[in-house]
Amino acid sequence: MKKLINQPENSLNEMLSGMTKAYPDYLKRLEHTNVLVRQNLDNQKVAVISGGGSGHEPTHAGYIGTGMLDAAVAGDIFTSPTPDQIYEAIKAVDRGRGVLLVVKNYSGDVMNFDMAKEMAEMEGIEIDSVIVNDDVAVEDSTFTTGRRGIAGTVLVHKIAGAAAERGWNLQKVKAVAEKAITHIRSMGMALSPCTVPSAGKPNFTLAEDEVEIGTGIHGEPGTHREKIKTADEITKELFDQIQADTPFKKGDEVAVIVNGMGATPLMELYIVNNKFHDLLKTLGVHIHQTFVGEFMTSLEMAGMSLTVLKLDDELKSLLDDSADTPALKIIKH
Amino acid sequence: MANLNQVVGALNLAADIIEENKQHLTELDGAIGDGDHGINMSRGFSFVKKTLSEGGFETVADLFKKCGMDLVAHVGGASGPLFGTAFLKASMVLKDKTEVSASDYLSILKASVEGIKMRGKSDAGEKTMLDALIPAYEAGAEVEKQEKSAQEVLKAVKAAAAKGAEDTEALVAKKGRASYLGERSIGHQDPGAASTALILGAVSDFFAAS
Repeated sequence: MKKLINQPENSLNEMLSGMTKAYPDYLKRLEHTNVLVRQNLDNQKVAVISGGGSGHEPTHAGYIGTGMLDAAVAGDIFTSPTPDQIYEAIKAVDRGRGVLLVVKNYSGDVMNFDMAKEMAEMEGIEIDSVIVNDDVAVEDSTFTTGRRGIAGTVLVHKIAGAAAERGWNLQKVKAVAEKAITHIRSMGMALSPCTVPSAGKPNFTLAEDEVEIGTGIHGEPGTHREKIKTADEITKELFDQIQADTPFKKGDEVAVIVNGMGATPLMELYIVNNKFHDLLKTLGVHIHQTFVGEFMTSLEMAGMSLTVLKLDDELKSLLDDSADTPALKIIKH
Repeated sequence: MANLNQVVGALNLAADIIEENKQHLTELDGAIGDGDHGINMSRGFSFVKKTLSEGGFETVADLFKKCGMDLVAHVGGASGPLFGTAFLKASMVLKDKTEVSASDYLSILKASVEGIKMRGKSDAGEKTMLDALIPAYEAGAEVEKQEKSAQEVLKAVKAAAAKGAEDTEALVAKKGRASYLGERSIGHQDPGAASTALILGAVSDFFAAS
């Protein structure tokens, strides 16, 4: 293992300290916790909290700021945060107008956030949650706990955050976040594995000429392995799987993400985006907004994911609202 | 069957057994999960040990509640809320008891099964810790019905939990990360079932030796 770290067990703590030192205008750390909260908590609005395992930077704390998250709770690397930590975040950012938890569909995340929600309810805090499940690689059936939440989650942060910033009540913020979730589809792939520092070795192996299709954001298995193909062919393969699930049609308006998993250069992501756009355009789908870059990574895993969010007028207008966070800035025109 | 000090002893032994098997559990998880079950459980139980050594609890229920919170706060992942819920449910069953009988132990197991089913939205046969816990409870209850000794009940629980954990090898995972492997999960023991069997085995061994 060759990594720019100190003691593996200190990585999380040092990363959070480093983040707060990088963005003092945006972030502050709750003492004795792995919770980062927004500097300015003065405005009376619904609070939006997200969180999950670390190793996915800039997710989650990178999205703390105006128009997105009020707090992010960091678990250990690839491990969900614990309820006591989530509960601290809830108490810190609740301004009496309620709290929405944005959770990715991983059983650990769901259960820990559920327990924290129960703790907050017992304290009389108005609280609700939404579960993001955008990954089409894993079918929702009785055989799984449902689809994973992956990079599309960032768009849910954006939309829920914008709705909260507008002063909407908790019920409405939750409803629009859920609407976004039903309209998001993603699919990813891996070119090479990543190594969790405490484990010290890659959590899967791929031959030099192999790729894993449909992998999640923890280097966990996808749907299958195959020989590497061209960027265009792989992009089409992922896109076809998204289309097979919920076809996007002529006249649809969408926002898309080409998300890098940590070790894939922007050049390659743009090459993917080139094909991705052509595929959508051929179908007659209008692309309203494109995000290319690293939004939800998997340590140093190489690979990428495609995300498509179908917009309506409400979602489009919330997506266009200004956002000012360390990792995502949107200037309203 | 057991007073507060003996319960402390049994939990201490369970914590030691988890620590001893840290590597093994992590390897089981590496095959079908994300490879950190042993690390997480060992971290959680090291806090349980600390709580046990500090003392200061008045009832067994108190003790279970504190240990449950330790597990929830320090295991993380899915195992934290699941094992934590089991301990918290056990605490509720015990209320202000000062002694734990064999039938109390079975009530603990039953409450744990129900708590875990609720928390994990899962059931038997899905390649989870329940596949060790449910047969363990059932075997214990069966022996107790025959009015046999507490030792016999504990032994039956241990044996059924171990067998249940081994039998998860043949199952297709339907919960958690392993579920994404589908058929590929066959042939691997579920790490949560394995750690459950280790804990129940330790409890049995503690009382067999004491």
